[in-house]
Amino acid sequence: MYKILKRETLVPNTVYLKVEAPEIARKAKPGQFVILRVDEFGERFPLSLTGWDKNEGTLEILFLIMGRSTMKLSALEEGDCIMDVVGPLGRPTEIESYGNTMCVCSTYGVGPTITLVKALKEKGNRVVSVMEAKDEAYLFWEDRLESVSDETHVVLGDGSRGKHKQASQFVKEYLESGNKLDRVFIFGRVFTMIECSEATKPFGVKTIVGLTPIMVDGTGMCGCCRVSVGGETKFACVDGPEFDGHLVDWELLIKRKRAYLIEEARAFDLWQLGNLRRIAVLSELPGRVSVVQKNG
Amino acid sequence: MAEKSKLNLNRVPIPKQAPEVRKKNFDEVALGYADEQALEEASRCIACKKPGCKDGCPVNVDIPEFIKAVEEKDMPEAVRILKNKNSLPGICGRVCPQETQCEMTCNLAKKGGPIAIGRLERYVADWERAHPEIKEQQKGQINLNGKKVAIVGSGPAGLTSAADLAKLGYSVVIFEALHVAGGVLMYGIPEFRLPKVIVQGEVDYVKSLGVEIKLNHVIGKIATVDEFLKNGFDAVFLAPGAGAPMFLDIPGENLSGIYSANEFLTRTNLMKAYRFPEYDTPIQVGRRVAVFGAGNVAMDASRCALRFGAEEVYIIYRRSKAEMPARLEERENAEEEGVIFKLLTNPSKFLGDERGRVKAVELHEMELGEPDASGRPRPIRKPGSEFIMEIDIAIPALGTRPNPIIPSTTKGLELTKWGTILTDDATGRTSKDRVWCGGDMATGAATVISAMGAGRRAATDIDTRLRNSN
Repeated sequence: MYKILKRETLVPNTVYLKVEAPEIARKAKPGQFVILRVDEFGERFPLSLTGWDKNEGTLEILFLIMGRSTMKLSALEEGDCIMDVVGPLGRPTEIESYGNTMCVCSTYGVGPTITLVKALKEKGNRVVSVMEAKDEAYLFWEDRLESVSDETHVVLGDGSRGKHKQASQFVKEYLESGNKLDRVFIFGRVFTMIECSEATKPFGVKTIVGLTPIMVDGTGMCGCCRVSVGGETKFACVDGPEFDGHLVDWELLIKRKRAYLIEEARAFDLWQLGNLRRIAVLSELPGRVSVVQKNG
Repeated sequence: MAEKSKLNLNRVPIPKQAPEVRKKNFDEVALGYADEQALEEASRCIACKKPGCKDGCPVNVDIPEFIKAVEEKDMPEAVRILKNKNSLPGICGRVCPQETQCEMTCNLAKKGGPIAIGRLERYVADWERAHPEIKEQQKGQINLNGKKVAIVGSGPAGLTSAADLAKLGYSVVIFEALHVAGGVLMYGIPEFRLPKVIVQGEVDYVKSLGVEIKLNHVIGKIATVDEFLKNGFDAVFLAPGAGAPMFLDIPGENLSGIYSANEFLTRTNLMKAYRFPEYDTPIQVGRRVAVFGAGNVAMDASRCALRFGAEEVYIIYRRSKAEMPARLEERENAEEEGVIFKLLTNPSKFLGDERGRVKAVELHEMELGEPDASGRPRPIRKPGSEFIMEIDIAIPALGTRPNPIIPSTTKGLELTKWGTILTDDATGRTSKDRVWCGGDMATGAATVISAMGAGRRAATDIDTRLRNSN
């Protein structure tokens, strides 16, 4: 059992948890993830690690409420326990002295990005961070990202900050105006990853994306998370989760992520029907979260 | 000749759920002997002077002795004899391929009626489970010897070695990657062949010997073998199982609706997808299911698909019936339940719909040629024999490759060309000092009992080494 020490709803549908898991915290590295199972009926699902504290023995995770499992997880309170947390899984991000780097993130991607930026800085890289959100109401942790990056740019979908509405437009213009980048990292929504990978491709900048396909065991045993990269089938759980964004078969990724939409919606509705009171108690959550809002 | 006339060659059949009933539920297919059936079967044993059965058993159970105890209705004694050599009889009685082991070497086998040793073993184990007070009485006093052994994996090899080492006085910690103990017994073998309460019972027995089981521990990630050796463990036994599933490597294989047998069975057995939406993990089965391969895992997957309500379930295999690797009993069970065998047939590509879901498979016919490296006739594609079969779900059940997580995080561990850990079969020793290995990670995919045998041999060798290292 893994105890929740802190819980916070950062913006609508986006929840932050600090969880007691000393053994995992001791080993975690940027780019890795954990597999969780909320209760004995729960499914196993992956979440990227947002942060960890070796001394305190804690992990931080950040997630969007997208279906039954994340809803269940979001309904736990401080002091409650998550039944199973497995990790740290996946290969850590390759972090070297690249020179000029850019980190792009949207929604929960800001979590892993902050740890990555810190690690990149430790290796002497210059880091420009770009953060994408729907609007001001969905923006969080801008200050945290700013405090670790050399430069931070915020792009809002309603165009209320600067002239861009998408991070990819910013990336494109940044490169077009002659700025040199040696490596780009993208975490968050699948569409952010696709569009930004497309933006860097003509400039030949190596672009790393963190993929989040559906997983079951997360240790290479089942092959549920297979993705196609450069025409080769890879298991995201053990070969990834990070891959070259210019080589990923995005259409396949999206279709496989959507394989269970009908079952997910059904499970989600049933859970909500059975837990109306619980949902009402968590007053900061919107009464109804749409499954269609899935990212990717 | 007088003795021969006394021979009873009629094996007492084991009661089973009828095929039309059982294919609609996940309850156990074989129901087990009633007392009088077990007595009758046990009384057939002729107590040979040179029992062949023992030699056929990978863990050398004292078979004639436990059968005699059954015949004499001394069940506690039968339990004691059986458990002396086999810590997991409830499992072995159900899933061992007795027809190629003890029952093949039974002296009555030559005459066509070997003793149903597996069924009797199961009978004894089930009796023990129904009489928990016996467990307490038989639990001997264990004196700890102050030495610690780490075991990676809680499948049949890990549990067996853990039980053996614990009985010898070692402090044993098992590290299990999944959220329950049991390994393939939990995630792989379906409920209807091996009920999970049986596995849980055997796991509890191992725990009752003082073994600690740490779940959710993926070794190579949360801790490494080298750290174990540095931090107080005197020996490490690696039994992580087979690992990565193999696919057909044909176009369209990443379409949704194509599950590795590992994924299909894990969703079903470990995650209980057959109880969705009560349990959260979904599974899709549809009307027509094609399973590729003809081993025991293919039989398990096809029979699960039937139980999910699939109307037509096909086993598609490129060779003929004679080459099928599955146990005869499993094949017969599948056939009785209505699985359709499409032999001498091989897939060449999958076709999908606009949502990226599999909708059909292109198959072609095969014929058998000269024997290949495996000694089996080589299947050759018949030109011009292609045809399309519409399917909703495809399940490649082609075996597994070793999972690289442990080899890639352990210094000085030599591998074979197949990626398995180089292991001395007789002792379980690897190329690394104080590290042993057994089960599928050493041999490639094999049986539960062969993994248990490896666990036993490794435990014996670990004990010899550690005792002499004083």
